[in-house]
Amino acid sequence: MWEEDSSQKHLLDTMFARGIKRKCFDGEEDIESTLAGFKAIPSYNLQRQSLLDMSLIKLQLCHMLVEPNLCRSVLIANTVRQIQEEMTQDGTWQVINAQNTGQASLDRLVSSDILCRSTKEQSDGKLIPSYSSFSKDFEDIQSQDIISDLSTVTSVQASRNPQGNVWEMENPPENRGNFQKSLDQIFETLENKNPNSVEDLFSDVDNSYYDLDTVLTGMMSNTKMGHCDVLESFSSQTTTNSNSNCKSDINELDHIVEILVES
Amino acid sequence: LGLCCAPSCYPVPLSSEAGGGERSWILVCWLLVSTQVTLLSMEEDIDTRKINNSFLRDHSYATEADIISTVEFNHTGELLATGDKGGRVVIFQREQESKNQLHRRGEYNVYSTFQSHEPEFDYLKSLEIEEKINKIRWLPQQNAAYFLLSTNDKTVKLWKVSERDKRPEGYNLKDEDGRLRDPATITTLRVPVLRPMDLMVEATPRRVFANAHTYHINSISVNSDYETYMSADDLRINLWNFEITNQSFNIVDIKPANMEELTEVITAAEFHPLHCNTFVYSSSKGTIRLCDMRASALCDRHTKFFEEPEDPSNRSFFSEIISSISDVKFSHSGRYIMTRDYLTVKVWDLNMENRPIETYQVHDYLRSKLCSLYENDCIFDKFECVWNGSDSVIMTGSYNNFFRMFDRNTKRDVTLEASRENSKPRAILKPRKVCVGGKRRKDEISVDSLDFSKKILHTAWHPSENIIAVAATNNLYIFQDKVN
Repeated sequence: MWEEDSSQKHLLDTMFARGIKRKCFDGEEDIESTLAGFKAIPSYNLQRQSLLDMSLIKLQLCHMLVEPNLCRSVLIANTVRQIQEEMTQDGTWQVINAQNTGQASLDRLVSSDILCRSTKEQSDGKLIPSYSSFSKDFEDIQSQDIISDLSTVTSVQASRNPQGNVWEMENPPENRGNFQKSLDQIFETLENKNPNSVEDLFSDVDNSYYDLDTVLTGMMSNTKMGHCDVLESFSSQTTTNSNSNCKSDINELDHIVEILVES
Repeated sequence: LGLCCAPSCYPVPLSSEAGGGERSWILVCWLLVSTQVTLLSMEEDIDTRKINNSFLRDHSYATEADIISTVEFNHTGELLATGDKGGRVVIFQREQESKNQLHRRGEYNVYSTFQSHEPEFDYLKSLEIEEKINKIRWLPQQNAAYFLLSTNDKTVKLWKVSERDKRPEGYNLKDEDGRLRDPATITTLRVPVLRPMDLMVEATPRRVFANAHTYHINSISVNSDYETYMSADDLRINLWNFEITNQSFNIVDIKPANMEELTEVITAAEFHPLHCNTFVYSSSKGTIRLCDMRASALCDRHTKFFEEPEDPSNRSFFSEIISSISDVKFSHSGRYIMTRDYLTVKVWDLNMENRPIETYQVHDYLRSKLCSLYENDCIFDKFECVWNGSDSVIMTGSYNNFFRMFDRNTKRDVTLEASRENSKPRAILKPRKVCVGGKRRKDEISVDSLDFSKKILHTAWHPSENIIAVAATNNLYIFQDKVN
């Protein structure tokens, strides 16, 4: 099972499992992968950002369930808090805000409305990937001369994103209060405030979301997990639902756009 | 911790009896808890009790509903109950020992099967309630009948399982089919008699304890007073009397007024085996609280707080997740508590709160895989743990259908595999070893080839003998130590 995993995953493992900011590998790793690791090691911050993105997506999926596994949701949310705290301490949070990528991705990930948004854009004939900031991360990796199988992923991402990043343009540099707001949204949903919206959310998921998320979380090889079941149910839902579903939520969309513009 | 490294090393002496020599484990029988068994037991009442295991070979029909979600021996070990995701409870009975069939010691056959919980729909919340059986707990036997508690996410039920092998015949006022007879036709009087009939095992729901849990019930525990039990969900613990179904006492409530402040949940809870006023509950932050119900009605202030300081050298973003406790169990003696977290099993002395007295590594080689395990959600798997009858050995599950045993006295441990392919009936189980780095020896399995979809979450240990039940997805394996 592990053998199919990309080397990026291996790096993530190595980075996070062995304590913070540790860059040396000990004898447990086989030599080849250690060399590959040294050759391709991206910045710690980038890895941490990936973990943050992954956690936010997981929270997003919890968000969509009527009654999520509370223990799991709480543990993931605590992980996000911990990352946020560390990023605030070492100043990365501000840097990211200035670069305007992290904030955008945070907002998008915690607001379920991204899904609807990209569907709308697609129906207008434009192709806009949902996770442009993540693909930007991938481009960064590429620029750091990472090994080939990662860059294939990157090129796929890049080719899908020819016109640049709509989200970044829509989100001016912001304070970090938004993050707390987003977290709060997630916790609110732990209380099942509006279970009815769940079906709407599911019906509005488009295939590009599914693909990207699969790439992002590297779950293509791990199809037996519950988390994947959710994803798979997305794709099956999507194929049966046409874009017209989204039109019924057009008011909601306008509202979302308002919120985004305000932020 | 000393691993069994020598290739000639046999499984550790895991004996519940003092002075027991080297023991090895053999597969006694494996039972398929599936629709097939259910159908069989319905159609052929008696024959079911002697199911030919070969009849169940084909397990290709296994569905999600057949996955075993809990396993529990009763207090004598004569019965073994399993619950599954389909809401069924299957009870196995131990084969009677006879002198000419010594080899059948420890065999279990289907005794009774019943649908404990059905899928439901909560109209207020517009949400489906799964029928999956989260836990089963037996009540101590008081008379000829057996009683057990079973629970899904929201509702606890008390079931009575009883045998009937006689029926009354020869009533005066009604005929054999139960219809009333015309009094004019009754000319003589007779004495009704009990006639033997084919043994029938009936399961009847005696109490339904519903509507007391907003979150998912993770534990139930029968109190040693035998009159009360508790049910714990993510944020609350309730105390029930067996006779009263319409009300319960809330004894723990950790729900914050504002759910945004929620950072911790209850993961498991259990009563002390001897002191009916004492119970413990574990949390997602890796701590255990011991509460005394004599102190106050609402035990929001604990009596003891067990927590191990974090090892800074192992700190990572996953520290909290892997320290979350998935199971807590009192030893039979009541002196110790065992807790299972993602990578370890710990034994705590009730008299020492600042650290566990023993820590056993279950699968430390996964420490370098935590990010992937987080990605595929395995890191949230809830492994359970059990004591043997004399509290000298502990057992817990792992991945790749492996399960681990730790001898507390000799400090030796063993990894065994629950598999039909790799273990022949009655053959001695070969200890398995996972290779961590370096060269892989023959018979070792590398970390990268472990199958993370095959996990042993639920196991049970016979209360007085070395017989264990291991649930691997829809298969139930029963192993016993080899008697020389």
